[in-house]
Amino acid sequence: MSDPRAAVAAVVDPEIRVVTIDELGILRSVDEDPATGRLVVTITPTYTGCPAMDVIRADIRRALAAAGHPDAEIRTVYSPAWSTDWISARGREKLAAAGIAPPAPARAGTVVPLTLAVRCPRCGSPETEQVSRFGSTACKALWRCRSCSEPFDHLKAL
Amino acid sequence: MSAPFDFTLALGDDALIAAQRLGEWTSRAPEMEEDVALANIALDQLGAARLLLTYAGELEGAGRDEDALAYLRGDREFRNCLLVELPNGDFAVTMAKLFFLAAYQLPLYSALAGCGDERLAAIGAKARKESAYHLDHASLWVRRLGDGTEESHRRMQAAVDQVWPYVHELFTAAPGAPVDPATLRADFDAHVSAVLAEATLTRPADGWAPGGGRDGVHNEHLSYLLAEMQVLHRAHPGAKW
Repeated sequence: MSDPRAAVAAVVDPEIRVVTIDELGILRSVDEDPATGRLVVTITPTYTGCPAMDVIRADIRRALAAAGHPDAEIRTVYSPAWSTDWISARGREKLAAAGIAPPAPARAGTVVPLTLAVRCPRCGSPETEQVSRFGSTACKALWRCRSCSEPFDHLKAL
Repeated sequence: MSAPFDFTLALGDDALIAAQRLGEWTSRAPEMEEDVALANIALDQLGAARLLLTYAGELEGAGRDEDALAYLRGDREFRNCLLVELPNGDFAVTMAKLFFLAAYQLPLYSALAGCGDERLAAIGAKARKESAYHLDHASLWVRRLGDGTEESHRRMQAAVDQVWPYVHELFTAAPGAPVDPATLRADFDAHVSAVLAEATLTRPADGWAPGGGRDGVHNEHLSYLLAEMQVLHRAHPGAKW
């Protein structure tokens, strides 16, 4: 049996396949229930309606079965609410490398954070503009670079 | 809607019916970006609806899950406000509806985040972040259309006038509810008045105030909406993808 935490942490996000659920902050904990000795994986969705959650749960189950832990319990929690601030530095680097501009810090206390300049993930130019605040998945907005003219996704600060 | 079950069911039904209506725009929006935006907002509403209806089912304790509540109730058993079941109309009417709904849901979910019920507080804290984006988006369109061309101004004003009577039902007092909707009216008025003024639109006078949605008395539009939403599940109970 291999380390269950490492097995779960390696599960990739089904919609943004370059980052893992651990790097996105979706994975909250991997613990053993002291009463039952059963493995408990706790996850939280990025958005309430995120359609990837069922696939994520199935992928976790598969990864744990392969690691020798077939009967883990997967709990989904909603509090505290997920924030883009939970995306790790490594996760941000991977997003940028895949052409998705990572989010600015979400300002505590406000619900719509101020958007600072978003750098084009392709050419690095700060001369960019928002095309639509809603993008190809619930967590992304659509932007365009005025320097290189490329459209790109931007993970919205939340 | 003071009891926790009735309150949670009403909020869940608002979100569910709003999601279904917004979903009707998919592939029909005026531009591609707006198509994506409306579908995303619909998805957020559906996400909130699933959490609220699941919890409502647990509060009721009769073994009904989110699917039983969404697919196996008739129109008289739905507790959504009339605003969300109104037909989409033109794009201006859709934006007026979304604008008023989001201006109500944002302070509602924010207040819910601080209420004594742990589950509702968690749902509120999560949903309010999404609501803020909805309100921002709808406010932007109301300003753009209101302060746009003569034609866009005319249609946005007509939409606001048409939908306005239905906002009053949202704030019907429910003392003892986890959040009394009557306490949200000031927040709603402040935001709505500011955006309408900026959009060069006239805030309609308060007069006719239809209601009944919270008691299951709906207009005929809801039945057609439910027929489409429920047909698959009723024909194939328990169907899964």
